[in-house]
Order: sequence, then C-alpha cells, then structure tokens
Amino acid sequence: MNPKLSIAVVEQDRERALMIVDGLRDAGEYEVMVIGDVTGLARRLAALAPDVVLIDLESPDRDVLDALTMASTPTDRPVAMFVDRSDEAVMRAAIEAGVSAYVVGGLSRERIRPVLAAAIARFHVVARLRSELAATKAALEERKVVDRAKGMLMKAKGLSEGEAYALLRRTAMDQGKKLVEVAAALITAAELLK
Amino acid sequence: MSQVALDVGFVPLLDAGPLVIAHELGFAAEEGLELRLHREPSWSALRDRLLWGTLQAAHMLAPLPVTLTAGIGGMRVAVDALSVLSVNGAMIGVRPELAERMGASDLDFLDAFAVGRALVAAGGALRIGVPFPVSMHVELLHHWLASLGDGPGFELRTVPPPRMAEAVARGEIDAFCVGEPWGSVAAEAGAAQLVLPGAAIWRFAPEKVLAALHDWTEANPELAAALMRAVWRAGRWLAAPENVGTATEIMGRAEYLDVAPEILERPLRGRLVVNSRGEERRVPAAIEFFRGAATFPWRSQALWIAESIARRIGADRAALRSAARSSFRPDLYRAALGPAGADLPGASEKLEGALPHRTEVASTLGTLLLGPDSFHDRRIFDPS
Repeated sequence: MNPKLSIAVVEQDRERALMIVDGLRDAGEYEVMVIGDVTGLARRLAALAPDVVLIDLESPDRDVLDALTMASTPTDRPVAMFVDRSDEAVMRAAIEAGVSAYVVGGLSRERIRPVLAAAIARFHVVARLRSELAATKAALEERKVVDRAKGMLMKAKGLSEGEAYALLRRTAMDQGKKLVEVAAALITAAELLK
Repeated sequence: MSQVALDVGFVPLLDAGPLVIAHELGFAAEEGLELRLHREPSWSALRDRLLWGTLQAAHMLAPLPVTLTAGIGGMRVAVDALSVLSVNGAMIGVRPELAERMGASDLDFLDAFAVGRALVAAGGALRIGVPFPVSMHVELLHHWLASLGDGPGFELRTVPPPRMAEAVARGEIDAFCVGEPWGSVAAEAGAAQLVLPGAAIWRFAPEKVLAALHDWTEANPELAAALMRAVWRAGRWLAAPENVGTATEIMGRAEYLDVAPEILERPLRGRLVVNSRGEERRVPAAIEFFRGAATFPWRSQALWIAESIARRIGADRAALRSAARSSFRPDLYRAALGPAGADLPGASEKLEGALPHRTEVASTLGTLLLGPDSFHDRRIFDPS
C-alpha cells in the first residue's frame, strides 16, 4: 500500500553523494535523488517534494533546511527534523556519524529508521575515506616540498641527494622543527633572493 | 587545582568574542574551567549538539532559548539564557545597484525611516538574506519594514553568515541583515553597501546569549555560575577600547573567525566602512559587550522577543510569554555576578525603548547607567 519513500541527499561532493545513494539503494526500495547545487536549496526541495532529506551535519546549508521547519503557510508540506527521543542510541549514532535527517509530512518512525540506519553506516564510511584522502594529499604535498628543497641544495652546494637530505634533517633537528617546515622556509628564502 | 572541562559551541561571529576571550586570556582558567571551544558550521548543528549533550553551553541567538522552551519549530526543550553575550552588532546591506538607486550614500546611516523610505522608493520586491529563521535579525527586519506603511514586499531567505557576501554577489538575494563581521566583509568585497545598522532600529537590542540546557543548569549550578563569571569578565575586557587591537588579533585567527583584524576593528571601534569606495560611517554602540548592563538578561527583552514572534507567526502568545519568563535567567545572573562585583539593576523587567538618553537607574552599587534604548519609531514596549 505504501508508495516508495523518496529521499533527497543534499551533498555537493559527487563521489560522496554517489556512495550515500548506493548505500540507501542497498538498504531498501527507495527513490533516491541528489541535490548537488545548493543554490536556491529551498526552491529545489519544494519542486522535488521528497519525503526525507538527508544532509551532512557539518554542512552550513543545514540552516536552510531548518528554516523550512518554521514555514507556516498552509500550502507548505510540514517539515520536521527527525528526532527520535525514544531511541537515544540511534540519535547519538546519527550525530556521531554527522548525518541529520529532515522528514516531510509526518511519516512514521518505523519507515524512517531503516533509512537513517543505512545513512549512518554510509556517512561513517565516507568520513573515513575523506580523512584518508586528506592525509594522503598532505603527505604527497610534503614530499614535493622536501624534494624541491633537496634539489635546490644539491644545485647550490654541489651535494649528493643523500647529503642534501641529511643536511635538511640535521637542520630540522637542531631547530626543533619539522623537516617539511625547514624545506618550505628554504624555498621561500630562495624565492626572495631571486 | 584541577580544571573542569566544558564543551562550548560557537558560530563564527564577532559576538562569540566573550567566549573566545574567556578561554584565550585565562578568565575561564581563573574560575577553574577549561573551555573546549567548538566552531559550529550552522546554528542548527550548534543547537542539536547542545540538545543532545555533546555541548554543555553555547553562543546562541537571543530568541532561540525562548522558541526552544516554547516548542516552536518542532522541538520542545527547556533552554536557559544565563546572560546576554552581546547587544547590537547586526548590519543591513543591499546590492550596490540598489544602494545607488536609493541614493544610500547621501542618507543618514542612523535614520531607519529615511533609509526605509528610500528602499520603498527604489521599488521592487526584496529578497532579504538572514542567517536563521529564529533570530533578532528577523524580528528587527519585521519591526522596521512594518513601520514603513505600504512597505516593500519582501521574502526572507536563510543564508549562513559567512556566505552572505557570496549570496548577494551571485544575485540570490537583494539585501541582508547579518551579524558582524560578515556585513563588513561583504562591503569590503564590493558585494554590498551597508545602509543601516540594526542598532538604528532598536538602539539596545540583545543579540546573542550564553545558553545551556535548563536541566544542565539545574544539575550544575556552580559550573554555570563559574562560566557566567568568566564570560562576564571577558566581556568587560572586550569593551575596553585599549584592548581592541589584541582582541581583533585573537578573534581574527583561523580557528575563530579567519577574518583580517583590520575588518574586525571597524564594528569594535564603531567606524564602519560601508562600501568598497571606503566611505566611512560612525555608529554609536555598534556592538556592546558590557556597558549599560549589556550582559544582564532582562525578562522584558525576552518578552519583547516573545510578543514579536507571536505576532509574526501567529503562535500561542501565552505559551511564548511563559517560555520567555522561564528561559531568561536574571535570578541566576544576580546570584553568580553580584558577589563578583557586577552592579546589578534594581529590577529584572523594565519598559523597553523608554530611554532616549543615557540615564541613571537604581542599582546595587549605585553607579549603573542604562540606555539609550529607543526604537526607531519611538514605540515603548511594556512587558506587563
């Protein structure tokens, strides 16, 4: 009897959005859509009229969704943030995973819970991948800086690669700084002296 | 002495200053508190974390404890406003073309009627950005626009404060009312011209409060009092002109506002730069952290908020008034700050808008001056 629940995922990052969509599709028969461009979010939501809206707790656009809960014209479908006070654990898990759900039109909590559970699981995975990616990027960036500094030392002082690296490392230890900081300082200084 | 850790949330705005300064300059440590400050991405995230207990206290829009306590907007949770963090500090700005049509540069920056009439004359429906649907920005805008008679048609759009400049530059909104420094940031970027400070609508409007769950306050009276004292001393420090330079350096840092100290100085010194041509305007009490009992949580302020919201959205007036009375806590403020040396007013409710000038009033130490606190339309609000 129940028609398929329609779920809108508000997420600007395409990869992230797709992962969340996949997670939801695995969890049940849902009609899932993604809102990637948050310009005019309120208008887009009004046009799509989803039953459930999922959004990252960290997204500044959450306040736009929250504003819909205050809308009071009779033509608006009522929107409420999904808060299940009877199930402290679910709400805590949601806040830790960084997901918030807005529910349109007074759906029963039995129909929302599986959606939320799937979203929580997927948001966790996405968050982990995101921090791993950030760490990898930072490491690559650092290596580039150190390589450049090494190259400059080799050229300026006629050192081998091993000697240049040793010099950087010794300087960093003497000054109580990170290797990458010494390398970055050297590059900045060299640019100033050009 | 071991320190008690408190998780405290804030949204990046200048009026989070008393919390940041309480932490950075050791006012909290003196009270045995370690403030763990969490910068929140939105007011709804901050509210949820407070409601679900991951934060013990928070920087909060003054009307929010009232609406949460009254159960407006879906959730009903008793929230206490322990003290007022800041008075004034909102700026109204418009698109540069609209400012041009209004002749805004030739208008009196503090004359809400003159600016309002120019806005009406410029014509067209307005899309106005506000940071949150429950805020002093919304109440002040309604109060102002309603006073213009056949005023402009307008529609409010929610836009996070740091994105206000971008939203107006992209043509999503025509105007905004936002807390500093985000008005000044938009003016600096040439995205908007500031046309009126919120203080020109109400000269002494409570803007943000120090909030905690009522249940938490009841269970931790000593901690709440210690936090109130630390934040009150930080507000007093922030209000001293000689501290402006240091304050802006601290507040400007990436973990707080991430805005150039030079821009933060403008509201703190009351010298606003209103457009990218560098035109300057003086604003008395552009933002207040201490003077005129700024931090005292007047029940009459809460009642003004309750009446304003009830009228605007047609909500239950009695329920809102009762929530206003219970959520603003002058009783706790008196108990915590009297012994700390605050000069406390004789009453906890007063007529709002009745003081056109700075006026001496009855107080515990006999040195208290209140006002000016007029509304632009000279209306006087009687809380009873």
